[in-house]
Amino acid sequence: MDLAIFWFILIAVLWTGYLVLEGFDFGVAMLMEKVGKGDRGRRTALNTIGPVWDGNEVWLLTAGGATFAAFPEWYATLFSGFYLPLLLILLALIVRAVAIEYRGKINDDAWRRRWDWVIMGSAWVPSILWGVAFANIVRGVPIDETFTYTGGFFNLLNPYALLGGATTLALFLSHGAIFLSLKTDGEVRERAEAVARRMAPIALGIAAVFAIWTQLAYGVAWTWIAVVVAAAGLAVALVAGRIGRYGYAFTGNAVAIAFAVVLIFGSLYPDVMPSSTDPAFSLTVQNASSTDYTLTVMTWVAVILTPVVLLYQGWTYWVFRRRLSAENIPEHNSLTFLKK
Amino acid sequence: MEVLELARWQFGITTVYHFILVPLTIGLSTLVAILQTAWVRTGKDKYLRLTKFYGKLLLINFALGVATGIVQEFQFGMNWAEYSRFVGDVFGAPLAMEALAAFFLESTFLGLWIFGWDKLPKKVHLATVWAFAIGSILSAYFIIAANSWMQHPVGAEFNEETGRAEMTDIWAVLTNNTTLVAFPHVIATAFLVAGTFVAGIAVWWMVKKSREDRDHADLGMYRTAARFGAVVMLVSGIGVVVTGDVQAKLMFEQQPIKMAAAEGLVATPVGPAPFSLFTIGNLAGDDPDSVHHILEIPYFLSYMATGDWEGEVKGLDELQEIYAERYGAVDENGEAIEYRPNLAVTYWSFRLMIGLAFFSAALCVAIFWFTRKGRAIDQEWMSKLALIALPMPFLAASFGWIFTEMGRQPFVVAPNPTGSDQVMLMTTFGVSDATSVGEVATSLVAFTVIYAVLGIFWYRLIQRYASEGAAHVTYEEPSDDSDRPMSFAY
Ligand code: HDD
Ligand code: HEM
Ligand code: HEM
Repeated sequence: MDLAIFWFILIAVLWTGYLVLEGFDFGVAMLMEKVGKGDRGRRTALNTIGPVWDGNEVWLLTAGGATFAAFPEWYATLFSGFYLPLLLILLALIVRAVAIEYRGKINDDAWRRRWDWVIMGSAWVPSILWGVAFANIVRGVPIDETFTYTGGFFNLLNPYALLGGATTLALFLSHGAIFLSLKTDGEVRERAEAVARRMAPIALGIAAVFAIWTQLAYGVAWTWIAVVVAAAGLAVALVAGRIGRYGYAFTGNAVAIAFAVVLIFGSLYPDVMPSSTDPAFSLTVQNASSTDYTLTVMTWVAVILTPVVLLYQGWTYWVFRRRLSAENIPEHNSLTFLKK
Repeated sequence: MEVLELARWQFGITTVYHFILVPLTIGLSTLVAILQTAWVRTGKDKYLRLTKFYGKLLLINFALGVATGIVQEFQFGMNWAEYSRFVGDVFGAPLAMEALAAFFLESTFLGLWIFGWDKLPKKVHLATVWAFAIGSILSAYFIIAANSWMQHPVGAEFNEETGRAEMTDIWAVLTNNTTLVAFPHVIATAFLVAGTFVAGIAVWWMVKKSREDRDHADLGMYRTAARFGAVVMLVSGIGVVVTGDVQAKLMFEQQPIKMAAAEGLVATPVGPAPFSLFTIGNLAGDDPDSVHHILEIPYFLSYMATGDWEGEVKGLDELQEIYAERYGAVDENGEAIEYRPNLAVTYWSFRLMIGLAFFSAALCVAIFWFTRKGRAIDQEWMSKLALIALPMPFLAASFGWIFTEMGRQPFVVAPNPTGSDQVMLMTTFGVSDATSVGEVATSLVAFTVIYAVLGIFWYRLIQRYASEGAAHVTYEEPSDDSDRPMSFAY
């Protein structure tokens, strides 16, 4: 197989890993207040992702690095073009990392409360903006003959892209609620299950409209398969949630997210970033990619390292497999700031 | 202001900020791993307490290190898109390897370490902190390989058709001789930073405790930590100087104009070149006659640059002509190209990098002396010295980077004198075309403000936890009991 095509697929896989894993991280953060009701409950929710959220985020860094190495033109055009949305995402990820780590460091209700708001707020921004960004990529944006984006910021805010944002938001909320239903016990679990049951049909509805719009406007014949599988995944999530089988629901949701990525990348191919100015200026898998030599080197690296990463990340999930309930959350034992 | 200037300010600010946190993470993760190993092997309570004490400070630092690192991964594309297009084929590879080989390792095993105290068997848990430490050192290797390629591009050719640099030999890129000396220099720096940090805090505590009570039970523990830090400072300090010396010689071959700038050496000296300690005059370079070296060490620059006490070191004016001849005298607007980097910055940052490390040296010697034969430190002035020395290697490292990066100007990819003349890029041509002044200004302000605010929290937390001292801790045997409270929770 052509290595550029292999890397196009691999980058889709990296994004899938990112969206499936950090998708529930964001969902958990957004729902912390709703399922938590009080400090102990919020901590129960937050600590379900405690040991894993940082590792999950590395999927994003890897997707970014892999795009740089395999498709430098794509990396350059995308990130310089989508400047302000990316900036907002980065700012959100910055404060989020610090907020999660620092919230428990000072034993003071106001301190914790403030960081909680940061944790919640900073999960909404990327949950919406990733959908907006991907929808714009499929839709095509103004790109000139030097592969430079010429569209400005407001070009990115069109109805289709906003629907894309709503889709990722709904998917992540549902995903997070299902994850919490799987990983918590007691009252937090009850509330999480209630949210999960309510979110599943909403996610299915919004995602279905987005998927069909994508398919009709940008899809090719075979991407219908992705539409169908993604919808089936969400339907499974819905039904499994109703009968309390959250393991299946989680799998259904993960499959749906994966096939949403398949739909997006399948519709894009052979472009990686179509130009709405003139199709001749589109970035394609071939004209945006690195040389064969670089791709060969990177293929070796990826083929050797990816399974190792999956292995130890999988192990982490196994080590921290137990459900958490409010009883497992220890008393605060951190310090307080000294009054001067 | 133009996009170029703003983008440079932004890159400088975000990267230096990131790198203030980085050396502490790299060095301290290994030192904590060593302390934990000592605990597992000896079972002594003091090692467990120190592990947890410095471990907590490490976590506070790590969080901000991660947060500021995320930006680094994307800002090449955001502000330096044309640079990314030009170098991506070569430069992207180490960056992607860093994420796959190092970041996953670091972040996954850190999670296991923090939350795994009561879950994993002792030895497995110990292995997780080592995996984390190794991950952070690996990440330094790959990023230094990427950076070194910009200082000294190897293993690549210029493709006329695409106008890009293309990789021809990954092995050459990963074993660039610039990398092979910059990496140990940076790692040694990281240990100097962390060693000073560990020792500085321990000394401060020892003085405080011994003033309260000459036979305080904790004195032994802090003494151990102080001496541990001092040994690390000694070894890494020697490492920094030796690798720095090798680096200087390489730089003289690879980027001679940077070396001349570091010295404020305007005219080529007649005979052996001295190393100046202090210089006045107009270092901006437009008035060479005003530059006066006040304090000099004779012959030393010749030795540092060439390894020969009598070696010739060319001055900036001569090098400017040589560069102009080789790489072009005028730019596309017909204006003369200035190949001399900013003299004041390069000259002083080089000296500050070297000079500020003397605080660590002083602290190191004083610790060995005052803790000899089982003694504890009780001198009030030692606690002041410890606090003054603590931030100095952080600053020295930042000045090292400012020197390395500013001294490379006007190039972002400096030409390799023994390689292809076409694999090089002026900073002017690296900046993004798609990005507007408004956008870069917005992000510059946003990052600066957020970093400032987060920096205050970081500082206050580190200070608060350090000033609490190493608490007494109990170790709970790991178990699978699902009703038990977590040993650590956010
Ligand atoms: C000498 C070492 C060094 C240098 C020069 C840099 N970094 Fe760094 N970086 C690290 C050493 C490091 C580290 C020790 O591995 C960090 C610091 C704190 C941490 O969490 O890992 C890190 C974190 C870190 C992260 C977050 C990783 C995570 O989430 O776990 C990213 C994306 C980057 N860095 C990227 C960069 C880029 C693109 C740089 C170049 C401009 C850069 N770093 C300079
Ligand atoms: C892989 C690692 C690195 C790469 C690829 C890199 C690349 C760059 C680039 C593209 C610029 C902007 C162009 C310019 O003005 O020179 C720059 C500037 C700068 N970088 Fe680096 N850099 C790296 C590491 C670092 C580190 C770790 C530091 C310090 C902590 C640092 C400090 C600076 C400074 C101070 C500037 C501003 C110089 C100026 O404006 O002239 N760099 N670097
Ligand atoms: C005798 C002492 C030292 C010598 C001779 C020395 C030499 C050098 C040289 C020549 C460079 C520039 C390399 C280049 O631009 O290609 C450099 C960079 C640097 N130095 Fe030093 N140095 C010394 C001490 C220190 C100390 C004490 C620190 C920090 C605690 C430090 C931290 C750095 C850092 C972080 C860089 C930038 C990264 C790099 O290029 O390696 N150095 N050093």
